[in-house]
Amino acid sequence: MKFQLKNIVTVLLIAFTFVSCSTDNSEPIVISELDGLTKIQELTNDTHTIELYSASGTLQQGYNAISLRIKNKATKEYETNATVNWAPIMKMSTMTHACPYSEIKKTSGKQTLYNGYIVFQMAENTMEHWFLTVNYSINGVAESVSAQIAVPASTKQRVTTFIGTDGTKYLLALIDPSNPKVATNEMTVGVYKMSSMMQFPVVDGFKVKIDPRMPSMGNHGSPNNVDLIQSSIDKLYHGKLSLTMTGYWKINLQLLNDKNEVLKGESITDAVPSSTIYFEIEF
Amino acid sequence: MVVEQFSQIKKAKTSYILAFILRFIMKKIIFSWALFCLAIASIYGQEQTKDTIAPNNLNEVIVIGKKSEISQKQVKPLASIDEYLQQSGKIEMIKRGGYAWEPVLNSMATERTLITIDGMRIFGACTDKMDPISSYIEVSNLSEASIKSGQQGACHGATIGGAIDLKRNRSSFNDLGWKTSVNTGFETNSNQKIFGTAVNYVSDSFYIDTDFMYRDADNYSGGNSQKVLFSQFRKFNISATSGVLIDKNKLVEGSIIYDKATAVGYPALPMDVSLAEALITSLKFEYVPKSKKLTSDLALTNWETKIYYNTITHKMDDTKRPAVPIHMDMPGWSDTYGFYSKIKGVIENHHFNVDLNSFYNRSIAEMTMYPSDPNENLMFMYTWPDVRTFYGSLFLEDNIALNAASSLKFSVSLGNHFNEVADQLGLESLQIFYPNMSKSKSRILKSISANYLHYQNGFEYGLGIAYGERAPSVSEGYGFYLFNSFDRYDYIGNPGLKNENSVEGNAYLGYKNKSFSAKLTSSYFHISNYIVGKPDATVLPMTIGASGIKVYTALDYATIFNTDLNLEYQFDSHFKAKGQLVYNYGKDLENQNLPFISPLRYSTALNYKKDRFSAEIMIQGNATQTQYSPFYGEDRTPDYAILNLTSSYLFAINESKLNVRAGIENVLDTYYSTFSDWNNIPRKGRNFFLNVTFAY
Repeated sequence: MKFQLKNIVTVLLIAFTFVSCSTDNSEPIVISELDGLTKIQELTNDTHTIELYSASGTLQQGYNAISLRIKNKATKEYETNATVNWAPIMKMSTMTHACPYSEIKKTSGKQTLYNGYIVFQMAENTMEHWFLTVNYSINGVAESVSAQIAVPASTKQRVTTFIGTDGTKYLLALIDPSNPKVATNEMTVGVYKMSSMMQFPVVDGFKVKIDPRMPSMGNHGSPNNVDLIQSSIDKLYHGKLSLTMTGYWKINLQLLNDKNEVLKGESITDAVPSSTIYFEIEF
Repeated sequence: MVVEQFSQIKKAKTSYILAFILRFIMKKIIFSWALFCLAIASIYGQEQTKDTIAPNNLNEVIVIGKKSEISQKQVKPLASIDEYLQQSGKIEMIKRGGYAWEPVLNSMATERTLITIDGMRIFGACTDKMDPISSYIEVSNLSEASIKSGQQGACHGATIGGAIDLKRNRSSFNDLGWKTSVNTGFETNSNQKIFGTAVNYVSDSFYIDTDFMYRDADNYSGGNSQKVLFSQFRKFNISATSGVLIDKNKLVEGSIIYDKATAVGYPALPMDVSLAEALITSLKFEYVPKSKKLTSDLALTNWETKIYYNTITHKMDDTKRPAVPIHMDMPGWSDTYGFYSKIKGVIENHHFNVDLNSFYNRSIAEMTMYPSDPNENLMFMYTWPDVRTFYGSLFLEDNIALNAASSLKFSVSLGNHFNEVADQLGLESLQIFYPNMSKSKSRILKSISANYLHYQNGFEYGLGIAYGERAPSVSEGYGFYLFNSFDRYDYIGNPGLKNENSVEGNAYLGYKNKSFSAKLTSSYFHISNYIVGKPDATVLPMTIGASGIKVYTALDYATIFNTDLNLEYQFDSHFKAKGQLVYNYGKDLENQNLPFISPLRYSTALNYKKDRFSAEIMIQGNATQTQYSPFYGEDRTPDYAILNLTSSYLFAINESKLNVRAGIENVLDTYYSTFSDWNNIPRKGRNFFLNVTFAY
């Protein structure tokens, strides 16, 4: 009897272990895969559903970090070894154009997620909309899906488009700080030029000067800001932004080329309270 | 009036030091109970014992009141504590309005001096120094203000300029029963209404003292009837002290003060105060050994231990001002927990004092600005980023009676001063300026002093040298965009500041006989790492209208010299003349003037007293301030002189006393401003006052 009881206990323990193992293995993965992400929308074709995610669950004018997953409609499984690229298009009444966007890479540390970014330099309106095409190939089979996406205007200016003194059309997008603090914030900006309606490559070797100001309070500034220069790693422009209090900050900008010539933007003085190019931050 | 400690010695025991000197004499008297009375109520005792040790030199005592009564020696008994302190030749008051003046001791303001209440450390909660400690108490709470110059004040903590200990009132066991008094006053200029009561009860082993004081003042007028807008204030103060005597040699005493001021105007500043509130509490245990002799040589005379807690809430307010560029709220909080334990004893001719004390303070101040667009987010920052200060020190003092005419006093203290920025947002704010700044900083603060005193045939003199250190104040170390409306700069604290230290020398010379007394005291401070704000043109100011940013930094050194002469002459039994002359000097290493250094100032008074009537005529004035400092926002202040008249009569009805005192201040309605009036606001013009005190 004693022996049997022992066996039963052992079997029960093993069963429990397996049950707990299985929960350990499956559920946390699902949670951690989408940690901090909210679904924006789904793009569907016959075989797959593409789920788009961002931190806020929406897209907006300016820089957007986007993650996506590809769900096989038949197996209900997420594809883990797809090759993906995308193409955002603005269909205006008289023309269409693209915008700056990154490649799509498999998100490191995740199994089913892919990510990249898109900079929408303009918002949609009732007549004109953004469309996103996602091209992917799984095991050599290329497929594509396309749909209209919602890109409302941002409440604060996060992207600015202008023609520099060199005649080139440039586009600056605020990437960081995405969660500004009363502190010295790491600042990241993407600098692009419009080489054609469809091509917006990253510009190399320029400089972005910043001068944060609070127009609601005598247009005071902040100390120890560091102008942005390009990183060789991510090709984006990095610097430091000091915000001495909460509230509405206007980050006045100047774009300088590799010869240190100002292409656009003004220094702030009493007579010039604001630069023609700027970002806005409110927190 | 200011009573020099020396002149006081034969009349009343007026300080701890004196108390223990007296105890030295008294120890031959077997009456330990009488001794205890003396110990716990040394201020009020009746003994007339002549001392054999020369009294302390540079220290000064302003008698404010005793037991239930506010001093009737004062020209205006119901004057504010600020007006009392101002009588000292060592104190000047920086005035930002009609209320809450900031004491400047030996030409040094709050950062370099200490103000304590019965030895308790309290820290104001206002980043703009609108609430010095003296604003949270009332004359009815106090018996005296003990002013100690330089390192002689080190028993209360680390200081450079000295210490002012505001000693609380307390009934003595000599006078049993109920005592009640009612105080009322009125001042025409500012319409100030004063009302106060004091109710005290003493039995054989228990006492309770309570008092209440209320003041309500409108705007005052400068000379020529110019109204000074936003100079009104209203405050009330209530306090209680109660003690129980156990075994006739142990005393447990609890004390509480609650002080609340509302609608306080600061005409010299861009903001007023809607609330300044303090709760000050303490519990004290005092022990006097019945048998003092521990060994054949060593005797302990007194052991006093106190724990205390105080909390201050201060709210600045600009809603009453007609035009502000941007509306803002600036509240501040300061909480302090502390204790001290001090033992006094005697070994042969050594009178020693061992004092272990510690406090923990938490200072927070914030600033919220309201943009004109209501949809915009509020602008918020910490101006004091939740700074925690933990201080602990050991103070030792030995007073050696060399012979009947001279003594030598040594003191030494060693303290640890620890600061921490507890708020993450506040820390990251400061790291904008100091990227490598760490959260906390620890400092060791040292103090050492030696004084020689000699007293013979009415002459006395003393010499002293000392060294002391202080840590930067919360504003100097951690302030964030503190606007100074005097030089119109935004100030940024600097957590990396070194300790400020001072080498000081002092001397005094006095003479006294039956009808004449004179005392000349001088002190000289050579202050290294002298902390000041230095303009940084690379940083933009925040405050609208500010001239720029000043970051706290240290000058290699600065020097300050103070001297004051006090004379008193009794012509006959009716007439007495008094005079005071004060000279201050302060320069930095480049021979630039330091701020708030008084020009030559003087006062002279003729007093007439006959029976129950007394009258006084007083002239008080300053010479032109020629040594002013434009760098710190000062300008040349013209000379002035004002004339004051007072008279009083004491009615005695059975056991009751009714004291009526009336006077006119600034009789000629002179328009004037002093060197220490913030932004040159005018002082009061002609003012009639009436103080009535009824005690029974």
